Amino acid sequence: MSNTNKLKTKMVPVPSHSIVPERDVDKSPILECRHLGIDFGGLHAVQDLNLAIGRTEIAGLIGPNGAGKTTVFNLLTKVYQPTRGTILLDGMDTSGKTTVQINKMGIARTFQNIRLFDNLSVEDNVKIGLHNQNTYSMATGVLRLPKYWRTEKKNHERALELLSIFDMQDMADMKAGSLPYGAQRRLEIVRALATNPKLLLLDEPAAGMNPSETAELMENIVKIRDTFQIAVLLIEHDMNLVMNICEGICVLNFGQVIAKGTPDDIQANPAVIEAYLGKKKEG
Amino acid sequence: MKKFLTNKSTFSNYMTYAGVVIAFIILTIMGEAGGLSSTMKGQLVPVCAYVVMALSLNLTVGVMGELSLGHAGFMSVGAFSGAVVASALQQAIPSDGIRLVIAMVVGAILAGLVGIVIGVPVLRLRGDYLAIVTLAFGEIIKSIVTNLYIGIDAKGLHFSFLNPLEGLEAGGRMIMNGPMGIPGNTKISTFTAGFILIIITLMIIFNLVNSRSGRAIMALRDNRIAAESVGINATKYKMMGFVTSAALAGAAGTLFGMSQNAIIASKFDFNTSILVLVFVVLGGLGRMWGSIIAAAALTILPELLREFSEYRMLIYAIVLILVMLITNNPGLKNLFGKLIPRRKGAAENE
Repeated sequence: MSNTNKLKTKMVPVPSHSIVPERDVDKSPILECRHLGIDFGGLHAVQDLNLAIGRTEIAGLIGPNGAGKTTVFNLLTKVYQPTRGTILLDGMDTSGKTTVQINKMGIARTFQNIRLFDNLSVEDNVKIGLHNQNTYSMATGVLRLPKYWRTEKKNHERALELLSIFDMQDMADMKAGSLPYGAQRRLEIVRALATNPKLLLLDEPAAGMNPSETAELMENIVKIRDTFQIAVLLIEHDMNLVMNICEGICVLNFGQVIAKGTPDDIQANPAVIEAYLGKKKEG
Repeated sequence: MKKFLTNKSTFSNYMTYAGVVIAFIILTIMGEAGGLSSTMKGQLVPVCAYVVMALSLNLTVGVMGELSLGHAGFMSVGAFSGAVVASALQQAIPSDGIRLVIAMVVGAILAGLVGIVIGVPVLRLRGDYLAIVTLAFGEIIKSIVTNLYIGIDAKGLHFSFLNPLEGLEAGGRMIMNGPMGIPGNTKISTFTAGFILIIITLMIIFNLVNSRSGRAIMALRDNRIAAESVGINATKYKMMGFVTSAALAGAAGTLFGMSQNAIIASKFDFNTSILVLVFVVLGGLGRMWGSIIAAAALTILPELLREFSEYRMLIYAIVLILVMLITNNPGLKNLFGKLIPRRKGAAENE
């Protein structure tokens, strides 16, 4: 997309055989995977994945269908427990943690097949994201003590503020399930942001969007990174989006990393071209 | 404040409170003026109890999205524990009202504890295990109560299983008598108590649903994976909903039990659980006012149909089928859709 300025970030190597943006090099990476792997029976769905993501990096995870990209997300959020390897989030080992604990530690995600709370309003969906941010006990809620009103007011304001990132504050009272497709994808991102993450995982955020919606989404992802100062890891098949906004890209094929680097490196990498387009017939 | 008047769910909640209050006032006046037959008067408290039962089951089925097939079990726990407490305190506390309140609180707490015992293992699982376990629980409670003997004397309460108590001191008496249940029960439930219990139940459910905890419970119902991904502890919030529901059913059980001359365990069997489930489904999942109307109408209906004697249940079944057909009729739905302004969002109490 020509209207989005292509980001030129200088990439530097870090110890875990990966690269992060130069501006993040003095800080430890937000996420580090070491020799991460999972088997489903005899199938090595992900093998020996090494990956580091800088504090404010927008990273991409790409690969042909069935390469294991969503499995990586499920490993990071502990929907699956890894068979091998370690995941360090903000320097802390996440082994044995549950999905809920991982979210509290700072990873929020969206889903490839949208998973909203369809019967609840848009605002309630965001408020559920704020669940662990502004808390009060069940008794406070049932008895409607002053803390209930204070916290609910704060939740309401925060929810509208977050919705305004995508200009969705007017839809706050609509049922989430009745939103148009693109708005549902955006609401999922808002809900994830409400949990105050350090790392945002987006699973095909542009799927089903038209080019102008995608262009807007690209701007918004960069805006989210800049405002919240968080890292973003996204899976996407729209190469225009990936090559324009991702600073570091990791290419998976058959559960293995076949290439890592900046968009320019990836585009020139013969292994990537082969994975996507196949091998030229010899002779 | 303006927000609350425009918010449809809050509006529907207030309408529900108003409806209950108006019904209470009308029925009280009719009762005073002699406009109610004695059978109808006798039905007032059981109607209140079934309304609370339906509301509490709606919390489990409609709000939480879990199926419970043994809700009468919690009612049984509440009825028997409440009756035992009320009977034991007869000398100590002469006031019927205070005794009823204490009995209800005990009934609610005990039913809640039983809810915890069931919930701890079951609510960790994904799937319809709660339906299976509560189904068994209803039968287990029935067996336990059928074989339980409780007596009281100067030393306090005595419990025994399987054989009638012997060796009660002079002046002691049996409260619970195994298969005979509690034969000589003093009726202390009043319509006012039933009305207050309905209002308290409504407040607990509405306030819970519109709070952080209630949103978490509904989030788990709509999409468990997404709810866990935003940091909601599934077991904790399912327990919260289920135990609240069980405790309310316990209080309803006490109310019901204290309106009967004799309480027997077979009154709270699988049929009663299904009956309450019918109230909830007919009134609409998650729709509290629907549960109230369905429970009240379907509790009174068999009494009104008494003159048809053996055709009673046949007509009852036909009425159920007609209600289902009519409420799903697209033409009528459209008509109601035009009469009632379309609700935006906030589906928790629709």
